[in-house]
Amino acid sequence: MNRLSPNRGARRLLRDAALLLAMSALGIVFVAPLLFMVISSLKSDAAIFANLNSWSAYLPSSDWSLRNYSAVFEKSELPAFLLNSSLIAAPIVVGGVLVNSMLAFSIARMRWRGRQPVLALVVAMVIVPFEVIAIPLLSLVARLPWPGIEHGQLVMHTGWFNSLHVQVIPFLANAFCVFLFYQFFRDIPPELDEAAKMDGAGPWTIYARIIMPNSGPVIATAAIVLFISAWNQYLWPIMVIQGQAFRPVQPGIQQFFGRTNSWGQIMAYASVITLPVLAVFLLFQRQFVASVAGSGVKG
Amino acid sequence: MKPTLGQDSRRSVALFAAPALLLFVLFVALPMLLAAGATLTNHRLMSPEPTRYIGLDNYRRLLALDLVVIEPLRDARGALVRDEEGAGPRYPTWRQVRQQHPQLEGYRAAFHLDAGSSRIVLAASDPLFYRSLINTFLFAALVLPLQCGAALGLALLVNQKIRGRIFFRTVYFAPVVTSMVVASIVWAFMLNTDRGMLNELLRGLLHDPNAGPDWLGDSHYALPAIALMSAWQGAGFQMLVFLAGLQSISPELYEAATLMGANAWQRFVHVTLPGLRNTIIFVLVSTTLLAFGLFTQVDVMTSGGPLDSTSTVVYHAVRSGFKEQDVGYGSTITLVFFLIVLALSVLQRMLVAKGASK
Repeated sequence: MNRLSPNRGARRLLRDAALLLAMSALGIVFVAPLLFMVISSLKSDAAIFANLNSWSAYLPSSDWSLRNYSAVFEKSELPAFLLNSSLIAAPIVVGGVLVNSMLAFSIARMRWRGRQPVLALVVAMVIVPFEVIAIPLLSLVARLPWPGIEHGQLVMHTGWFNSLHVQVIPFLANAFCVFLFYQFFRDIPPELDEAAKMDGAGPWTIYARIIMPNSGPVIATAAIVLFISAWNQYLWPIMVIQGQAFRPVQPGIQQFFGRTNSWGQIMAYASVITLPVLAVFLLFQRQFVASVAGSGVKG
Repeated sequence: MKPTLGQDSRRSVALFAAPALLLFVLFVALPMLLAAGATLTNHRLMSPEPTRYIGLDNYRRLLALDLVVIEPLRDARGALVRDEEGAGPRYPTWRQVRQQHPQLEGYRAAFHLDAGSSRIVLAASDPLFYRSLINTFLFAALVLPLQCGAALGLALLVNQKIRGRIFFRTVYFAPVVTSMVVASIVWAFMLNTDRGMLNELLRGLLHDPNAGPDWLGDSHYALPAIALMSAWQGAGFQMLVFLAGLQSISPELYEAATLMGANAWQRFVHVTLPGLRNTIIFVLVSTTLLAFGLFTQVDVMTSGGPLDSTSTVVYHAVRSGFKEQDVGYGSTITLVFFLIVLALSVLQRMLVAKGASK
């Protein structure tokens, strides 16, 4: 062993250097478009185009400024759209964590006939892309009733178009989140709630006092999954929202993209709507990576 | 009442399971059922006219296909008439063909194939559907090896015991949390013919100031360009799934293989790949289904063009069901598409399972 070690050490160093080189090269490929987006948002259009054919496209120019940001906040509807997206994402995250964890709890921790078929259906639904049900869902929500008050009287409107709730309610139940919660709950040792059951605790107490407080990582993951998919919705809002009042950020940037010629402002808009998601991800990434990665293997 | 460890009471089960299950029934199952019914009608999103039952007309309109063989035009002496460039024979216009073949009423040419001097034309009542279907398969065929291959490569890299791997894992994952709309807009800039950095890079590498195609404006390059961008955006997710698969393989297997004299490549083929079997199935199936949902990139970057080369099935369904408000027809596209997706994922599962058992 000892005899070999200097040679081995050198080979190991070489291997690590090669690996690091490969990882960095790929890292540049993956980060360059995002870096370009953020850097360009700080430049004037003239500077963006002057820098394009060199490394300076990815470096801030000396006269960087926040002018593009103040322009999009002042002249576009971005602030209103940011508010809409927040008002859509917040109830989806809170309500989604609640209903999906409750269904998962009933499958993983309660005994009833039919839970196996329900689990199989949930697993099957995980891989059905939303695009497949978009048009059928569109014609359904066109016919659904929604209560409103006119002249002090309760009236039923038909159709959910142009509202916040049409962008929230269909997305509360999420098969992938049910599955994440199910996997996590299943692996919590049964002793934890059996003792409580002996003491006469009902399922609600077990859920709220024992299971959920011990499920921090999976709650964080489900919240991130729900937040990202709510924040990044595009196909659904372009179909159900006309006019600006309830428009969220992704159709917002697409509209802005079509109306303006200033790439600096487009990149500023893109950065504003991307950075919150990146920040949330970076904050919770350890839990997130662990449970998302687990979902594919055991499934 | 004594608490039991047997069956939970129906009321408490219902309390926990009902909210999410009701939402699934209302917003997944019910729309699919209604859609199946709508395919038999001429239902429109907003229409003063009552919805009428039209039987299988929507399916006929969507799927109807016919093959015609067209003979080239000949002049009075029977010699072939050449087209303007003198390259090939000239064929009658589609209008003339339809007059000769009354059964082609309402059909348009979708594709053609030249066999000898005659031309075989595939005519469809909705050629754009077939075009979109083929584009969708083509996109899946491009993006599947690109995205899954990249994901496996990245996972193998960040699985190495080396400093900085957490950092790089985060970097590779960053595009996944970027929305597809933003990714499409940034890439539309980078793919620009004259000023985009991809072409600038190509020109620099090839020392040719004219190198680089018109990525989004050329019908041969638009779909591959979208595939490239989609793989960039999505590979980080599959990387995480592969990474978990890699970490679930027992290190003892690698030690045993090393003791038996296996080199790195042999360890990869005989330990890593078999150990990743379930992961590979999951990644292939889920990536295929994601690829079949292609819509946003097309809507933002090309609007289905140029020359319909990036129109996809979902794009076509949205065009009919939403933009043209023809819910009956849009639902028909969706339902046929759903059946294709279902059949394909079953087939893929069977194929991968079979391959792995050998």
